[in-house]
Amino acid sequence: MLRFIVRRLLWLPLTILLVTFIVYCAVRTGWHPEQTYKRANPRASQAKVAEYLKVNGLYKGFTGFVRGYFEWFWRFIQGPDHWPRSIKGRSLVYPPLRYAIFNTLRLAGISSLLGWGLGLSIGTIAARKPGSWFDSIANTGAFFLGAIPPFVSGVALQLIFAVELGWFPVAGIYPPGHQGFDLGLMAKHLVLPVTVVTIQVVSAYSRYMRASLLEVRSSDFVRTARAKGLSERAVLFRHGVRNALIPIVTVLAIDIGGLLGGLIITEAIFNYPGMGVYFIKAITNGDIPQLMPYLVITIISVLIFNLIADVSYAYLDPRIRLD
Amino acid sequence: MTASLLSLRNLVVSFKTPNGTVQAVRGVDIDVAPGEMVGVVGESGSGKSVTFLGILGLLPHTARISGSATVEGVELVGASNKVMRGVRGKKIAMIFQDPLSSLNPVYRVGDQVAEMIRAHQEVSRSEASARAVELLDIVGIPQPKVRARQYPHEFSGGMRQRVMIAMAIANDPEVLIADEPTTALDVTVQAQILEVIQRIQRDMKKAIVMITHDLGVIARVADRVQVMYAGRVVERANVNDLFATPTHPYTVGLLHSLPRAGQDRLEPIPGRPPNMLQPPAGCAFRARCPHAAAVCATSLPELQPYAHSMTACVRIKEIDVAAMSGVTA
Amino acid sequence: MTDANSTPNARDASLVVDTELGVDDVEALNVATLTPLQMAWRRYWRHKAAAVSTVIMAFLLIVVLFAPLTARYGINEQVLKIEEGNNIFLSPRKLAWFGTDDIGHDMYSRLIWGIRTSLFIGVVSAILSVVIGTAAGALAGLYGGWFDDLMMRVTDIFLAFPFFVAVVVARAALGNIKWITDIVGEISSIKFIIFLFALFGWMGVARLVRGQVLALKEREFIEAARAVGAGNPRIIVTHLLPNSIGPILVALTLSVIGAIVAESTLAFFGLGPQPGADSTSLGKLVELSREGAKQGNWWLVVFPCGALVLLAICINFIGDGLRDAVDAKLDSVK
Repeated sequence: MLRFIVRRLLWLPLTILLVTFIVYCAVRTGWHPEQTYKRANPRASQAKVAEYLKVNGLYKGFTGFVRGYFEWFWRFIQGPDHWPRSIKGRSLVYPPLRYAIFNTLRLAGISSLLGWGLGLSIGTIAARKPGSWFDSIANTGAFFLGAIPPFVSGVALQLIFAVELGWFPVAGIYPPGHQGFDLGLMAKHLVLPVTVVTIQVVSAYSRYMRASLLEVRSSDFVRTARAKGLSERAVLFRHGVRNALIPIVTVLAIDIGGLLGGLIITEAIFNYPGMGVYFIKAITNGDIPQLMPYLVITIISVLIFNLIADVSYAYLDPRIRLD
Repeated sequence: MTASLLSLRNLVVSFKTPNGTVQAVRGVDIDVAPGEMVGVVGESGSGKSVTFLGILGLLPHTARISGSATVEGVELVGASNKVMRGVRGKKIAMIFQDPLSSLNPVYRVGDQVAEMIRAHQEVSRSEASARAVELLDIVGIPQPKVRARQYPHEFSGGMRQRVMIAMAIANDPEVLIADEPTTALDVTVQAQILEVIQRIQRDMKKAIVMITHDLGVIARVADRVQVMYAGRVVERANVNDLFATPTHPYTVGLLHSLPRAGQDRLEPIPGRPPNMLQPPAGCAFRARCPHAAAVCATSLPELQPYAHSMTACVRIKEIDVAAMSGVTA
Repeated sequence: MTDANSTPNARDASLVVDTELGVDDVEALNVATLTPLQMAWRRYWRHKAAAVSTVIMAFLLIVVLFAPLTARYGINEQVLKIEEGNNIFLSPRKLAWFGTDDIGHDMYSRLIWGIRTSLFIGVVSAILSVVIGTAAGALAGLYGGWFDDLMMRVTDIFLAFPFFVAVVVARAALGNIKWITDIVGEISSIKFIIFLFALFGWMGVARLVRGQVLALKEREFIEAARAVGAGNPRIIVTHLLPNSIGPILVALTLSVIGAIVAESTLAFFGLGPQPGADSTSLGKLVELSREGAKQGNWWLVVFPCGALVLLAICINFIGDGLRDAVDAKLDSVK
C-alpha cells in the first residue's frame, strides 16, 4: 500500500506537468492573446500589447509555447505575487480567485454535506425494505429529480421563489452595494442555489446507496450475520452499510475533487460569485492570466482526489492489494 | 430413538415470484435427536436447503413459511425477532456452502468469530477474542493467534470452512446445520472438513443436520438419512439400510446412477425434476418413475413403514415384488 | 439430469446427484425453456416505468422522424403573415398550440424540429463515444502490459477535467485549429459539437469494457479459445463483446441523454451549436427561453424545458429498464 502511494505520488507531479501543459496549449490556441488583449483594451498602445505578451510569455510557434509554458509555470509556483496580472485593468489575479474559491467551497460544502447526509440516509432506509412505499417514493422521486438538468431546476426555482413569490433574492451573495459580513443575509441568498445542488446530490447518492446496499444485503455474509443471531440493526450497519459504503466512498472522493472547479451552471444562474462564474468571466474575456490558475487549481484538485479515492478504496477493502 | 431436539411438522415453504408461487417445500416432517447426524439428500431444487434456512428465517422476504418447527419445544415458525435471535447461533448454528462469500471480507477472521460469541454471551471484547483463538485451534487452524488477525481472503477454502465451523460451535449450540459444507471445496479438502465435523459430533455430542447432494458424504458420516424430492421427504432410513435396500424408486434411481465396480455405464434417472410453480398432483416423481401407474396420479403418497424404511410410494408392495422377480422397466 | 446442469462439476460427478445451485434454480426450472434474450426482454417489460417511457419515446420518434408531416409549420414559417396581424409572442392558442417566439415562429413546430436535431446529436455522439470507448477498453484489457498502462494514463488525463470545463476549453482550442475544423466542421456546427462530445465521452465506457475484459479473461473459456488458436481480434469479437453487450447498451442509452443535456447546457451559456437558419435544436430553444423568462413569456420557457425534462426522464428510465434486462440475477427468487 505504501509503495503504491509513493509511486502514485511520484507520478502525480509528472501528470500535473503534462496536463497543465496540454491546458496551456489549449488556452493559447483557443484565445488568441493579442486579439483578446486588444479587445479588452481597445486603446492600448502597441508597446502595451508587446509588454503583455512578454510578461505572460506568449511567444509564437511550438518552441514559443514550450518556453512560454515553463516561464508561466515558474511564475506560478513562485506564488500569487508573481502571477501575471489580469488582462483588464492589470489587477491582481489571486484575490478574486481566493474569493471565488471560498464562495464555491461554501456553496458546495453546505449542499454536499446536506446532500450526502440525506442521500445516504434515504438510500439506506429504502434498501432496508425494497418495494415498500418509502422505497418506491424515494426511488421514483430521486429518479425524476435527478433527470432534471440543473439549469432547468435552477431557473424554475428562481422564477417561482424569487421572481414570483419574492421569498428569496434572485441572485448574488449580498444585495448590490452591501459591505461586510452578514450571516442572515448570506443564508437567504444561499437557499435557492443550495437547493438546486442538494437535489442533484441527494438523487445521485440515494440511488448509489440503495443499489449498493441492496447488493450487499443479498450477499451470503449478510445471511451469515443473521444466522449468528445478531440484531437487525447490527446486521444492517456492521455488515450492510459498512460494506455498501466501500464503492460509494470512492465516488465521493472523486466528486469532491471536481467541486473546486465550481458548480458552474448553478453559480451562473444565481450569479453566485464562485469559481464557476469566475471561469465563465475569464473565458468570456479571454483572460489568460486569470484562466490558467483556475484550470491548474481545478485539475490538481481532481488528480489529488482521484488518488485519495484509490487509496481509500484499498484501505476500506482489505481484498485490494496495491503495489 | 430419544425425544427429538429439533422437530419439523408439516413444514411448507413457498416463494412469490413474478411468474407465480414456487412451492419449494410441501409438507416436511423431520426429527433430529440429540447427538445424531441426520443426512438430508436430494437434487438442487428439492427443497432441502430451503427447509432449514426457512425455519431459521434466513430466506428472502418473498418466502412464506407455515407448519411447525420446534427446537427444545420453542416454536420457530412465526416466532418474534427476539425469540429468533436467541435461537440463531445459540441453539441452532449454521455452516454454509461457500465459505468465501459467507464471511464478511472486510473484517478480520478472529473478529467475526468473536462477534458470534458476543452476540449471545456477556463477555468483554478481549475475552471474546481469546475465546475465538481457542475455537480456531479446536477446528485445526495452525497458528490460530496469527490467523485470527488475518482477513478471509488470506485463507484457503478449507481453512475458511474451518472458520465457519469454529463460528458455528462458538456458543455451544444444540444443533448444527451444515448446508453443503463440502460442495465448494476440493476433494482432498472435503475429507478433512468432514473429519472436523465428525470429530465435533463425537467430542461435543452435537446433533448435526448434513444437507448435501453427495451420497458419498451421506454414506460416510450420516446415521439416518432423509431423501427429499420436489419439496417432500420420499424416504427415511438408517444409512446402512438405505444403501443396502433402498425402497423408493427415486432412491433406487439415485443409487443406480452411482458408479460401481464392474459397471461400464451409469444409468441416470431420465427426465428432469418437476416445475415447482405447478407441482403435479399425486406423486411428483411419477413422470420419471419406471413403475408409475394410474394410481400414482391420484393421491399424494405419505411416508409409511416398509421393510426397514419409511417410504412414500403407494405402489411400494407391487414394485418390490416385481423387482424381486427380476422384472425391471 | 441434463448435460447443461451437470457439466460444470464433471470433476466430482461420481457421487453427485446434481450441482446444488440453491434457491435460485427453483425458478430456473421454470424459465429454462426461454433463451437469454427472451428472458431479458421479459425483464425489460416488467419494469413499468421503462415500458411507459419506451412507448412515449417511440411516439416521439415517429413524430420527429416524420417532422415534415407532423410539424404544423415549416421551420422558418410564420404562423401569420405580418400584414394579417401581430404574430410575435402569441400565447398558446389554436393558431399556435405552444405560442410563438419573437419572429412569429410556431413553437410547437420548432420544438419538433429542435428535438429532431438534438436526438440526432445525442444518438450520434453516444454511438461514437461507445465505439471509441469499447475499442480503447477492449484493446487495453486484452493486450495488457505497457499498452494497458498507457491507455489508462490517457483515460486519467481525460478524466482530470470536469466535463463542462473540458468541453468549453477544448471547443475554443480545437475550433481554432484549421485542419481540425476542416475535418469536423466549423466551431458552431453540429458536427463539431458531436466531435467534442465523443472526444470527452468515451472514458466511462473504456473503463467499463476494460473491467469486463479483465474479468472475462480470467474465465476459462477464453483460455480455451486461445488454446484452439483463436487470434486476439477473433477473441474480442466472438467472446468478449457478446458478454459485455448489456452494460455497454446501458452506457449507450445514458450517454444519449447526456449529450442532449450537454448540448442544451452549452447553448444555455451561448456556447452551443448554431444549427443555422433552416434548423434549430433543443439547446437553441432553451437558449431563447432565457430571454422569454425575462419578458414573462412563460410558454417559451415551459415547452422547451419541459421537452428536455421529458426526454431526460424517459431515456433514463429506458436505461434503468435495460439495466434490469441485462441483470439475470433479477430472475431469481428474491
